[in-house]
Amino acid sequence: MGSAAIEIDGLTKDYATGFWRKKRRRALDGLSFEVKEGEVFGFLGPNGAGKTTTIKLLLSLIFPTSGTARIRGRSIDDVEMHREIGFLPEQPYFYDYLTAREFLDYSAQFFGFNAAERRERVARFLERVGLATAANVQLRKFSKGMMQRVGIAQAILHDPPVVILDEPTSGLDPVGRREVRDIILDLKKQGRTVFFSTHILPDAEVLCDRVAVLLGGKLQGVGTPREIMAIEVQGMEIHFELAAGQPLPAALANRATPTGSLYRLEVPEAQLYDTIEQLRGAGARILSIAQLKPTLEDYFFRLVGREKGPAYSIDGSVK
Amino acid sequence: MSNVPAVVAVNTFRESVRDRVLYNLIFFALVMIAAAVVVGKISIGVDHEVIINLGLTAISLFGLVMAIFIGVALVYKEIEKRTLYSLLAKPVRRWQFLTGKYFGLLLTLTVNTAVMCAGIFAALLYVNHKLVRSDAHILVAVYFILLQLALITAIALFFSCFSTPMLSTIFTLGFYIAGTFASDIRGVGAITGSLTLKIVTSMIYYLLPNFSNFNVIAVTAHGYAIPKALIALNTAYAAIYIGAVLLAASAIFSNRNLK
Repeated sequence: MGSAAIEIDGLTKDYATGFWRKKRRRALDGLSFEVKEGEVFGFLGPNGAGKTTTIKLLLSLIFPTSGTARIRGRSIDDVEMHREIGFLPEQPYFYDYLTAREFLDYSAQFFGFNAAERRERVARFLERVGLATAANVQLRKFSKGMMQRVGIAQAILHDPPVVILDEPTSGLDPVGRREVRDIILDLKKQGRTVFFSTHILPDAEVLCDRVAVLLGGKLQGVGTPREIMAIEVQGMEIHFELAAGQPLPAALANRATPTGSLYRLEVPEAQLYDTIEQLRGAGARILSIAQLKPTLEDYFFRLVGREKGPAYSIDGSVK
Repeated sequence: MSNVPAVVAVNTFRESVRDRVLYNLIFFALVMIAAAVVVGKISIGVDHEVIINLGLTAISLFGLVMAIFIGVALVYKEIEKRTLYSLLAKPVRRWQFLTGKYFGLLLTLTVNTAVMCAGIFAALLYVNHKLVRSDAHILVAVYFILLQLALITAIALFFSCFSTPMLSTIFTLGFYIAGTFASDIRGVGAITGSLTLKIVTSMIYYLLPNFSNFNVIAVTAHGYAIPKALIALNTAYAAIYIGAVLLAASAIFSNRNLK
């Protein structure tokens, strides 16, 4: 990983609203961050956070109110830059009167491949996304998962160094999600930069080198999932068991959760040693002590639940 | 890439061909021509004229319906279904997309018009058992209908760049009706004696597409030849008008936020 694949600098997008189009609604507010070459970068946020707006700005489907962005050093205004990117839209819908093979052939024609190259590529990528047997089926007969896979195939069949995926696992069953995750990991192995938006946090935890969290159009933080999750220490988790007939210490009775003959107890880090002493005093056998690590989901819910505050940075990559 | 509009055009044509509505329109047009044969048979002495008249009118009307209803949805459908998003994420400029859509529909209209034109000749052969030299003028009339359809398609596409299909249909139909009576509008200005009204109606006349210049159905039905100068003039007029409308459409569409 080295230079920036995507550089976003102060991107802001306002939409005109109201009957006279005089009111302004800010969908994106001064967004700035970088995605490095070769990394899998997750763009997280609840629905309406501004993720799709950002992606549309990167692809010049909409135009910024202010700010700029570059992909591989080229301005997003430069349509020729699109040779270096692949894009999967959210809930993809393609020309349903075409078969998968026809659609991919159509997509490949925009990159100047000759007929023989297109035939070879289309066959190869249909195989890669597991649709070789459905090559001659019209897209109108495709399931959501199949549509997602053909969407990924059209995004990567010209071997772009940067792949942008908008909610690639949204609405898929567990098998479909797993397949899409495998494709993303495969792209990473090939050294491609993958920038994907999602509100499915376990996917981001599994796949991403770094993530950015967006809320209400404002960047809340950028960092590795570990950095994001380590913002606040959650406490300690103790598993223990008591000898038959042995009562729990009164101070812990209301806090420990019994599961059969075992108990689980969550305590603040500062109270760990006092609690251990109490348990020893009660004759308990301590089975394990572990740090309670917040998941990305915990972080996300805290963000959504709290008052909107200023954006803060987590690592040095935030501008 | 210079062949981007051609790639989009071929796909647009393929979409139209696989669309069942299109086949229905061809079917109804052929029924119309069959009706012309029946009417021709009961029109003693003028069956030849009636067949040409009704046949060309059917081509014109069905072409008009296709041009407007498919034309106004060309861009809107791509935005609504978001098929445009993945397309514009490729090295495709918006004007290339628009031009491709335009020529794709034009190709569809040309093929349909050709099929219907063949229907007229088949009807004439069926009734008269031969074709006469003046029947060749039908081809010029069909060419003029095509030019007219090309103009209407450009106008429909222009409105579809920033409006809903419903409004685009109303605007395009409005343009068609006003354009058909463009000469009359100028005539009204001329007979009022008011200089201001004369200038205004003249401006409207020059702004509107003058569809009446393309209507040679009655002349063709009576077997008269169409002057070569009119063919050249109508071709140049259509080319310039279409070019201007497509340029305006591209300028609007290139700056549109695709929400």
